Amino acid sequence: MKKIEAIIKPFKLEDVKAALTGAGIVGMTVSEVRGFGRQKGHTEMYRGGEYTVDFLPKMKIEVVVPDGLAEKVVALIVAAAKTGSIGDGKVFVEPLDDAMRIRTGERGDNAV
Amino acid sequence: MTGAFLFPGDAFARGPQEGMTVKDLRWRIAVAVIVACLFAVGGWVFAQDKPTAPVVAAAAPAPPPSKPDPAGTATGGIADVTAKTAGKPTLDEIADFAGHNRVSLNLMWTLLTGFLVMFMQAGFALVETGFTRAKNVAHTMMMNFMVYAIGMTGYWICGFALHMGGLGAISTMGGTGLLDSEFTISLFGKDFGLFGMKGFFLAGSTYDVAVFALFLFQMVFMDTAATIPTGAMAERWKFSSFVAFAFFISMFSYPIFANWVWGGGWLSQLGKNFGLGHGHVDFAGSSVVHMVGGVTALAGAMVLGPRIGKYNKDGTANPIPGHNIPMGVLGCFILAFGWFGFNPGSTLAASDLRISVVAVNTMLASASGAIFAMFYMWLKYGKPDPSMMVNGMLAGLVAITAPCAFVSSFWAFFIGAVSGLLVCWAAIFIETVWRIDDPVGAVAVHGFNGAWGVLSLGLFSDGTYGEGFNGVEGTVRGLFYGGASQFVAQIIGTVTCIVFIFAVSWAFFKAYAVVFGMRVSPEVELEGLDVPEMGVHGYPEIQGPATLVHAMGASSAKAPSFTVAPERAR
Repeated sequence: MKKIEAIIKPFKLEDVKAALTGAGIVGMTVSEVRGFGRQKGHTEMYRGGEYTVDFLPKMKIEVVVPDGLAEKVVALIVAAAKTGSIGDGKVFVEPLDDAMRIRTGERGDNAV
Repeated sequence: MTGAFLFPGDAFARGPQEGMTVKDLRWRIAVAVIVACLFAVGGWVFAQDKPTAPVVAAAAPAPPPSKPDPAGTATGGIADVTAKTAGKPTLDEIADFAGHNRVSLNLMWTLLTGFLVMFMQAGFALVETGFTRAKNVAHTMMMNFMVYAIGMTGYWICGFALHMGGLGAISTMGGTGLLDSEFTISLFGKDFGLFGMKGFFLAGSTYDVAVFALFLFQMVFMDTAATIPTGAMAERWKFSSFVAFAFFISMFSYPIFANWVWGGGWLSQLGKNFGLGHGHVDFAGSSVVHMVGGVTALAGAMVLGPRIGKYNKDGTANPIPGHNIPMGVLGCFILAFGWFGFNPGSTLAASDLRISVVAVNTMLASASGAIFAMFYMWLKYGKPDPSMMVNGMLAGLVAITAPCAFVSSFWAFFIGAVSGLLVCWAAIFIETVWRIDDPVGAVAVHGFNGAWGVLSLGLFSDGTYGEGFNGVEGTVRGLFYGGASQFVAQIIGTVTCIVFIFAVSWAFFKAYAVVFGMRVSPEVELEGLDVPEMGVHGYPEIQGPATLVHAMGASSAKAPSFTVAPERAR
């Protein structure tokens, strides 16, 4: 099993969700997060004064999939979330030891 | 915390779990004594001052027609004129009825426009809260809310009497000269009216419909002045010291200056006594209301000092964005709506048809103020700043408030345009040159543009209105229409307002700061005033990253100390 964590632009969430559900992925967790990478925040104006917002709003998507699907899911996320401009985000893939469905007690791939 | 005397907020900061201390008890006793004194004095005043018996009304009107009248053309006629013989009124009865109608129309106009001005409190609350940070919303809102209640109480006790006690007859509302007692001193062989002395608690001898209508209208004007400083002093002001201030401005500083201009005091008599135009003329309150509010705000912001994180060590300023632009814009619209009460209502008469000119001038100036502020920010800083467009509209409204009845539509638009530019320049000037932190721009909007408004009256009044204003024959003319002395009177009024209001306000704030303390502790300011000062978060559910982003150097945002039961959290 792999856990795929993607940080994307907030307005791309709908596209990514559609791409993943279209490919048969049945569940995901999203959260509103803030952070910066090379984009390094942006500046805003208020009453003639410029100020920097360092932590930009992003969406974090977490999806857990069987090992065989991981590459495909990553490719789908990248394709759906890409705008080509700076700040598109990143995708992280990490191995996952186990999972359990709380209601039934199923484990491993059956639980996701 | 200075001084031994404690306020509830101070006690709360130590934690309510400590129970009632001796100091708490002392505070409670002090409040009880003040309230008891108030009732005793009020009771005594009423006991001395008995109302006159009501005048019995004439015969009842004839019954209405029994046929329905969908077009409305047949409703109302001779049968509706109150007469001894129904349907056959005498000439005297008709004249009586016409006079009564005129007064009832004027009284209703005064009350209705007063209700509109009352609603401007909501506009101020939204503008000030929208342009400050989310961690202080409950505190900022409640200052704007309580200033209405406290200000009204103070104005009823003695503010109205000091302000209007020597007004003389209210000619548009029946003309009974009940408010006839002005304290005057003699200088250069002329009388200088300083303050009124009748109408305390609106007791017996002023228990009169016209006086009560005037009270309502003047009270909401006073409240507008009183709520302006809360914006400049927001996000760091102790609520307890705000409460004391609300009594101060409603009972003393505002009524005295207002008496000089509107209550028959010495500024209004400059024309009669010294031949300076019509004396200091301020139709609806650019100086009396807005400059008083703006100058008080300046004194308060100076005594309080800037918010933590506003200025860097090298003296440069950091922008601290407001937390809710839509709230600020909605507030501005409510204010612009209320201004249709503020300016046209100041005729105190619907029978004075100049009200249409006043209303149109008011809206034109608000438009040009917003437009010119937009272009100024756009050209100078690259974007049309929303908060400054809002302030531009308000600045236009503030500036046209004094001259609205005396100028043509061209000059109204021009006055608004200048104020749109002036407010942008002044806001940044105050912030970067004077280094005074005014979170919502109250000094720039109300102080600078209040001054511009009364001065512009002395420049552009075209002589089409104001016959006999302040007891001087002829109409009101500005410098460009042959009235140079009117401009001099406007300058005297402006300087007097700045000097007098700044001096008494600064002295009050400084004395209060030394004796009781005006400002919350740095910890409270960084955490946000809502919980330490008011006991509750304005937005309990979003004390998260949104607040952190706008904290601008303030790094500690404490989690709420209570826990929500799981079933309620869902």
